[in-house]
Amino acid sequence: MMTAPNRSAIWQILERVCDPEIPVITIADLGVLRDVLIHEDGEVEVIITPTYSGCPAMNMIAVEIRLALKAEGIEKVKITTQLSPAWTTDWFSEEGKQKLKQYGIAPPVDASPHVRQLFGQETGIQCPQCGSTHTQLLSQFGSTSCKALYQCQDCKEPFDYFKCHR
Amino acid sequence: METAKNKTNQALFNVVLSLADSTLILSHRLSEWCGYGPVIEQDIAMSNIALDLIGEARNFYDYAAKLEGAGKTEDDYVYFRESKDYKNLLLCEQLNGDFAHTVVRQFFFDSWHIHFLDVLRNSPDETLAAIAGKSFMEVSYHIKWSSEWVIRLGDGTEKSKQKMETALEALWPFSGELMEATEDEKILIAAGILPNFEQLKTIWMEQIMSVLTRATLEVPTGKNTVQTGGKTGRHTEYLSYLLAEMQSVQRAYPGLKW
Ligand SMILES: [Zn+2]
Repeated sequence: MMTAPNRSAIWQILERVCDPEIPVITIADLGVLRDVLIHEDGEVEVIITPTYSGCPAMNMIAVEIRLALKAEGIEKVKITTQLSPAWTTDWFSEEGKQKLKQYGIAPPVDASPHVRQLFGQETGIQCPQCGSTHTQLLSQFGSTSCKALYQCQDCKEPFDYFKCHR
Repeated sequence: METAKNKTNQALFNVVLSLADSTLILSHRLSEWCGYGPVIEQDIAMSNIALDLIGEARNFYDYAAKLEGAGKTEDDYVYFRESKDYKNLLLCEQLNGDFAHTVVRQFFFDSWHIHFLDVLRNSPDETLAAIAGKSFMEVSYHIKWSSEWVIRLGDGTEKSKQKMETALEALWPFSGELMEATEDEKILIAAGILPNFEQLKTIWMEQIMSVLTRATLEVPTGKNTVQTGGKTGRHTEYLSYLLAEMQSVQRAYPGLKW
């Protein structure tokens, strides 16, 4: 039993919690983990933010957070979901982007058109297999809310692209 | 002073519930396509849009519960209300029909939704602003999807064009309700909490015309406010069937959990 939980120790525990849908990245890489507060009564409050409003992984992430803390003897835990400021892919860590790429998912490209632009697709998306930017959008919606489906025109591999969201 | 405040709070509760109901019911309709989409990519697209909308609906129900302060949860509103208590737009409860009908219904809704949220993001009501800010980015993908399909089908084959014309005519009379303010909405517009509906009407029409022109389709000429009343609980027969299916498990086994 940890008597006086300290914030940075807790942060380190939570940093190891992985995204249930993309298990190579952590909730810290993703920018879902926003803050940790330690209240006077010893309660630990973890503040998370959803990537997408309907992201079904959020419930699972809350369970994983509780389990990770419980394994370290911290049981008095409150998880608060905060909507504002809204999550954007700008919160993705550089390390997280590298991990995504190695896993076979193209990371979000910063220079994408503004969300308000009705037509025209995101360009310069690199095939995570061969590195070619000669790629084409197959569908704006992919296997999860946060991904679009692309295909490489050179090596012909279809791949997931983590959509820019800002 | 106190009664004016109460009136605004009551209006806010009704409007938040109405937004929750509209996004829930449209989400449910889209989810009916799951496994039946014309091609797998579009099946997935509609499921994804449904998921975004149900996320938005949950945020609104959560806020409605806080405003009501009666300790209710989202499930109480969704599973244990009758159709006359639902405040969703009639447009949202209309049947999926063929793919053209689903695309047109989505296109009318998205063309309102994106601009409505864009203004609502700056509402002095912080919770509404947070929910809108969150959903705005998601809806920017919805409007791209529905607009692209309007163009592809309208400017497609003779058959696809004809199906789009039929869908436009069928759904046009329901589209005006999006921007026709109820008494509750008027109170919140006056208080600066909701966007100005007259401005929304202009922006919506510009959006519809620009996309339909690219799609080589005509804007229907009739009045688009023929079918209204959903936001105050007067529904078409389709809602009861939808609710009967959606609520059946909780009605048979109240409080059942997964
Ligand atoms: Zn490639």
